Amino acid sequence: MENEYVLKMEGIAKEYYGNRVLKGVELKVKRGEIHALMGENGAGKSTLMNILFGMPVIHSTGGFEGTIEFDGKPVNIDNPHTAMELGIGMVHQEFMLIPGFTVTENVKLGREITEPTVASSIFGKSLEKLDKPTMAADTRKALDTIGLGVEEYAMVAGMPVGYMQFVEIAREIDKTGIKLLIFDEPTAVLTETEAERLLDTMRVIASKGIAIIFITHRINEVIDVTDSMTVLRDGTFVDRLETKDTTAARIAELMIGRKVEKLVDDTDEDNRVISDDDIMLSLKDFYVEMPGEKVKGVDLQVRRGEVLGIGGLAGQGKVGIPNGILGLYPAEGEIIFDGEKVEPSKLGDALHKGIAFVSEDRRGVGLLLEESIEQNTIFTSMQIQGKFLKKFGPITQFDKKAAKEHTLNMIKALDIRCTGPDQYAGRLSGGNQQKVCLARAITMEPKLLVVSEPTRGIDIGAKKLVLELLAKMNREQGMTIIMVSSELNELRSLCDRIAIVSDGKLAGIFAPDASDAEYGLAMSGVTEGGQA
Amino acid sequence: MNNNTLEKKSLGASFKRFIFNNKVILLFVLLSIACIAISGSSVSYIAGEVISRFARNTCIVLALIIPCMAGLGMNFGIVVGAIAAQISIFWIVHWGFTGITGFLLCVLMSTPLAIFFGWLLGKLFNKTKGAEMIAGLVLGFFAAGLYRLFVLYIMGGVIPYNSPYLLDRGFGLRNAFDLTGNIKYAVDDISLLTTISVLAVLLFVSTVIVALHDKKQGNAIDTKKVLGKLVAAIVLLAVGLVGKSVPMLDQLFGQKRLITYDAVFFGSIIYLVYLALMLVLKRKEPKKLVASAVLAVVLLASCFVPAVKTVYLGTRIPAMAFALIAFFAAFNNWLVNTRLGQNMRTVGQSRAVATSAGIDVNKTRIIATCISTVLAAWGQLIFLQNLGTFNTVQQQDNVGLYAVAAILVGGANVQKATNKQAIIGVILFHTLFVVAPLAATKLVGDSAVSEYIRMFFSYGVIAVSLAMHAWKTSGKKKA
Repeated sequence: MENEYVLKMEGIAKEYYGNRVLKGVELKVKRGEIHALMGENGAGKSTLMNILFGMPVIHSTGGFEGTIEFDGKPVNIDNPHTAMELGIGMVHQEFMLIPGFTVTENVKLGREITEPTVASSIFGKSLEKLDKPTMAADTRKALDTIGLGVEEYAMVAGMPVGYMQFVEIAREIDKTGIKLLIFDEPTAVLTETEAERLLDTMRVIASKGIAIIFITHRINEVIDVTDSMTVLRDGTFVDRLETKDTTAARIAELMIGRKVEKLVDDTDEDNRVISDDDIMLSLKDFYVEMPGEKVKGVDLQVRRGEVLGIGGLAGQGKVGIPNGILGLYPAEGEIIFDGEKVEPSKLGDALHKGIAFVSEDRRGVGLLLEESIEQNTIFTSMQIQGKFLKKFGPITQFDKKAAKEHTLNMIKALDIRCTGPDQYAGRLSGGNQQKVCLARAITMEPKLLVVSEPTRGIDIGAKKLVLELLAKMNREQGMTIIMVSSELNELRSLCDRIAIVSDGKLAGIFAPDASDAEYGLAMSGVTEGGQA
Repeated sequence: MNNNTLEKKSLGASFKRFIFNNKVILLFVLLSIACIAISGSSVSYIAGEVISRFARNTCIVLALIIPCMAGLGMNFGIVVGAIAAQISIFWIVHWGFTGITGFLLCVLMSTPLAIFFGWLLGKLFNKTKGAEMIAGLVLGFFAAGLYRLFVLYIMGGVIPYNSPYLLDRGFGLRNAFDLTGNIKYAVDDISLLTTISVLAVLLFVSTVIVALHDKKQGNAIDTKKVLGKLVAAIVLLAVGLVGKSVPMLDQLFGQKRLITYDAVFFGSIIYLVYLALMLVLKRKEPKKLVASAVLAVVLLASCFVPAVKTVYLGTRIPAMAFALIAFFAAFNNWLVNTRLGQNMRTVGQSRAVATSAGIDVNKTRIIATCISTVLAAWGQLIFLQNLGTFNTVQQQDNVGLYAVAAILVGGANVQKATNKQAIIGVILFHTLFVVAPLAATKLVGDSAVSEYIRMFFSYGVIAVSLAMHAWKTSGKKKA
């Protein structure tokens, strides 16, 4: 009975720089079963798999707590090599393939078959000669097992994405003594037919007695193919379920479900008048070519004076929307802002017309880290609107006094904790950096404020302040706000409506108090699939 | 399916593609031809110069290929290998060893030094991932500074060193280090017959070792193959030894340098015989033999063209130096086909993938750097024994620069470099190196200008070939 599980991870806990991302998680997988590992982004799935695979990122940040038992024996996996020797394989989300190598070379990567030479008998095994015919034969066998008809000597470069995925799988099952295979969101990049074939292949592999851990966001695939599942949420273990005893809605609820904490004290009176006829921004057939966050045809209307949330899982396209509007990535489609057409191909057009943007990439795009708070606060307004400039005929000079005065006001108003307007933005804490970003956006006095992931990477106290600030700007100054966030909880505490984006398309617009199951299903693309 | 459509494209398109893909080489070919025409000097003279420069420079350039494969880019750090070679020469010459013994002792002494320097260099490269080229370049300057301290003060000042090479003040070496009478031409003067004998012995020994090793491991031994190799080794040895005692053969092949005419004439005949044998034994497909046969026939025919014959007769080839170049190139090829070589290629293509495949990225990079440094040290020894006298203080300074320039001219880039590119590059670069100053002197009428031209030229080559490569890459992306 004890030996029924091929893998048992118990009491797993992990801290990254004082941030506890896993809190006593357990994961048990039986032999030859397909086991789904479910959870939202940031639930701790990747960290758990990194621990299981002994990735350097875990051990260079202080290791982890808890025990791992593999094949009935307690094991200590401290590098990927150990994991591989035990018989744990991983099909990665980003392909771990080398385009310039042939299929055989990729399949046999790091495990080349060799024969001894003169030099190897003196200098050791690494100088053994490659036995290319045997390598090719082995690869052929692995490719046949999963039914991939590609030639073993073909180059990987230029293959369709789906093929690459199968080459990865071939590599894993070619390993002798493989007992557990991890699929990290394998279907995310595949077309529907490819995904179906992949699921079939998983069944074939499992029928050979190899256990599979299947990480995915797509609930329908889980229902389809798995035997059991473990659900994680916020780094804690929620439940282990048998697939046949559960439903899609139940899974969605478990993934999302949590008490809605009140992040914003909504004591202010709400005097806003929001009408469906008074549209601030309208997107029609909107496409954005942002790598990893593609938007594939969104129609969305933002009413004047409201806070609209855009949610969804990572990689589904929610971040692409604001970046597309601002023209940071190539975008197509119609943007009507306050009756005017905005040209996304013209960088800065949206800014000129009164849309301010707080980027999700605070340290990369959002701030000039080696510049002062003052410069960071005013530079967009100075560049775009010509504020803080004294004019002497055709020559302009920076108005130092006005800038300083304004920055001091902002520091006071937003409660930015700093030594003064001259402090470098890079030296501030995450929360205060975010406030500087907001200060810059406010300085532009925009008609529409777009904030992307405003609370990413900042602590809970600062989070609350930032959200309250957004609420205040909306309620008191009537500023229309679009807020993009991965944290549903945060959207629900602040927004009037929440649009969920899945696979680059709008999966639905919900009220903040809609049920967890509704959100969960929309995010996983289940309802979207039904409509199409 | 794709291939068919490609093949069906018109000849013009493929010609265009050929021009575009080889434009770096073509540019330098055109430049060489123009310079030769302007300079008006005899082809024999230029050919002789290029042959001797080819013999002495190619090995160092071949040292660049392995680090490039491991993703380290152009290894400007080979300067430290050259330093290892020079330090070992100081001592071996000081201890009074001469000729080939002295040379081999230099090889023996420089190897551990080069491995140590290469290890340090590799450590540095691992700390500066993504900026290895600039790190190697700057480290070369830094190492050259330390080396100057060593040569100008520590030699004699700290370490006792009594030799005529020491300055009268009691420490520091003289500016010029003369190798005449000790290891000058130690390699170059080895005749073809001796080279053949050496190769025969090496072949015999390695075959025996492999066979014994296989037997110990219990692997199946291909008796026919082993016997064939042994017989070939014995025949070669016999040719080498007997040739010495036959006056005619000794006259032709036993001299210090081989006359190019003989090399081309007999070489192409022997090659044709070999091809015919392959055809009879059906070892290779006839189709694949055609191109080689045509080449051999053309070479043979060229011996009967008066103008070419003059050039052939006027130039000489150092047999052993050429054999060493072949050895270096073969080593590079052989390494690619080992587990280590495959690991290096993997690391070069993607460090992340290599890590996840359980390859120790840092160690692999260090090994690649060490091998490169050792090859560079050996290459520098071959270079110096040909040069005969060298500048004690600054001989190593331009080693990295010239080697990199040469391989880039051959069409290599920082991501991919091959033996072929190295060899073509050395020939082109040094042709230009010889003729550009001549042409400039002719045009300007001032011989002092030639040094400036060389300086301008070697840096210019790097800039131009890198720019042209960038053009090629961006062109690819658009296509």
